[in-house]
Amino acid sequence: MKIGIISYQGSFQEHFFMMKKAMTSEGVNGDVIYVKSKDQLEHVDALIIPGGESTTIWRMMNAMSIANRVKEKIEEGIPVLGTCAGAILLSKESIDNKVKEKQFGTLGTMDIAVIRNYYGRQRESFQSIIKLENYGELKTVFIRAPAIVKIWGDTNVIAKLDNVVVAAMERNMIATTFHPELSDNDVVHRLLIRLAKK
Amino acid sequence: MKGYSISFFELENFFYKLVELRDSLKYENKRKGADLYTVYERISGSNIVKHAFPIFQKGGVVMDVTNVEQASIAEDAGAISVMVLDKLPYDVRKMGGVARMADPKIIEEVMNSITIPVMAKVRIGHEMEARILETLGVDMIDESEVLTPADETHHIDKWRFKVPFVNGTRNLGESLRRISEGASMLRTKGEPGTGNVSEAVKHMRIMNKELEEIASLNEGELITKSREIQVPFEILQLTQSLGRLPIVNFAAGGIATPADAALMMWLGSDGIFVGSGIFKSQDPAERGSAIVLATSNWDKPEIVLEAQKMISEYGSMTGIDIRTLKPEELMQVRGV
Repeated sequence: MKIGIISYQGSFQEHFFMMKKAMTSEGVNGDVIYVKSKDQLEHVDALIIPGGESTTIWRMMNAMSIANRVKEKIEEGIPVLGTCAGAILLSKESIDNKVKEKQFGTLGTMDIAVIRNYYGRQRESFQSIIKLENYGELKTVFIRAPAIVKIWGDTNVIAKLDNVVVAAMERNMIATTFHPELSDNDVVHRLLIRLAKK
Repeated sequence: MKGYSISFFELENFFYKLVELRDSLKYENKRKGADLYTVYERISGSNIVKHAFPIFQKGGVVMDVTNVEQASIAEDAGAISVMVLDKLPYDVRKMGGVARMADPKIIEEVMNSITIPVMAKVRIGHEMEARILETLGVDMIDESEVLTPADETHHIDKWRFKVPFVNGTRNLGESLRRISEGASMLRTKGEPGTGNVSEAVKHMRIMNKELEEIASLNEGELITKSREIQVPFEILQLTQSLGRLPIVNFAAGGIATPADAALMMWLGSDGIFVGSGIFKSQDPAERGSAIVLATSNWDKPEIVLEAQKMISEYGSMTGIDIRTLKPEELMQVRGV
């Protein structure tokens, strides 16, 4: 099994660490690779889009001309996990909490609508414990996090915090607004491995 | 960009224990339960929340701006954050006099106009400028040697703030002292406002060399070393076991071209701050995007070449030879 992490900017090293740990937990023998160019994208069995600045990561995915291929691969069915900025990039609709008129480019593969910087700035960033339905608890952080404000189609909610959706899943796609890579539990990464096994 | 041998969460448990030892914080009762997740509620401004912020800056470029127009150019160029200041470091150097925190009205305007994080600088040791910026709600405070130090002997006690801080550093001792004061992120000092990358290179090389040197020390030698550089033994020991600094470390001070940025990444920086290099050039928009491209793809020479072609060397800031600066003109010696 080969899992690729989009690695221009953000928490890609933390995802690498957590994915290696999850592979050990799942008893899977596999590679985790950092993806920056089109050729590295081929032959991956699953993808991770990390946390970071969604505008920067999106710019880089286009500058390096991998955005379209990533979209195709996800539509072909390879499992993908998007955390925070990654969740924004998977979403079909996204607006900013404050600067509402600005439109942001995304991959637009997942039936979710997100509001960027939903909770506010870094001052409002927080730590909390998240209960994932059927998967247990995570001690984690929300950093200038977005919120999933609407889901439709085949998308299911997998976690809520104070009545706001913080994790959702649609077929091969998982979106979290918190950071499983900065948590005490590898359960979300294991979920991605299980999707890739199918 | 060296990875970590333990998880972020394990690292945070270490920092929690470190802070727990500090009576002043216990006295203020500010950290009750916060970092150990003993409660289910949402907690803002804790150490883990402050240390997590810079993780999402890694691999990116923070650009110095002085107004809303420049901030907008920086955001469009792909900056991960902007740093608002009153004058670019080059102008601080030319103007002389006392350099202070930027006008809060301008910082606020920038915060309202862009969606990426906004940082701002305070003078070294100026607790009140920092409290003003915390109240204003900036995402990160740079306790910076570019401004005139307000306190010649003390840095701000950063554990007591809810906003994360970044500090300048030239070597391992400075780095670990800043961490023990509560910095959430570091950057090399370089020599700001010169457009000359040589000092940033020197500082990063010194750091790497010192990290190599402590790798082979036994416990007794490490205790001696911790006394010598005046840092808590526990932080030095942690650094030794990680083989890198325990928090995110960027490069800053004199970076002017995509190739400069890629060079600093190659030396092991986690990301880049560009001060005067962008808005003191003739081609800020192109140069901004080119430096972002080269920073993310520093390990791909063909992409760095492409980035370098996006700018013209005629447009680069002229720069200053460090050897022509008088000792009192050096900013890097402030706040050690």
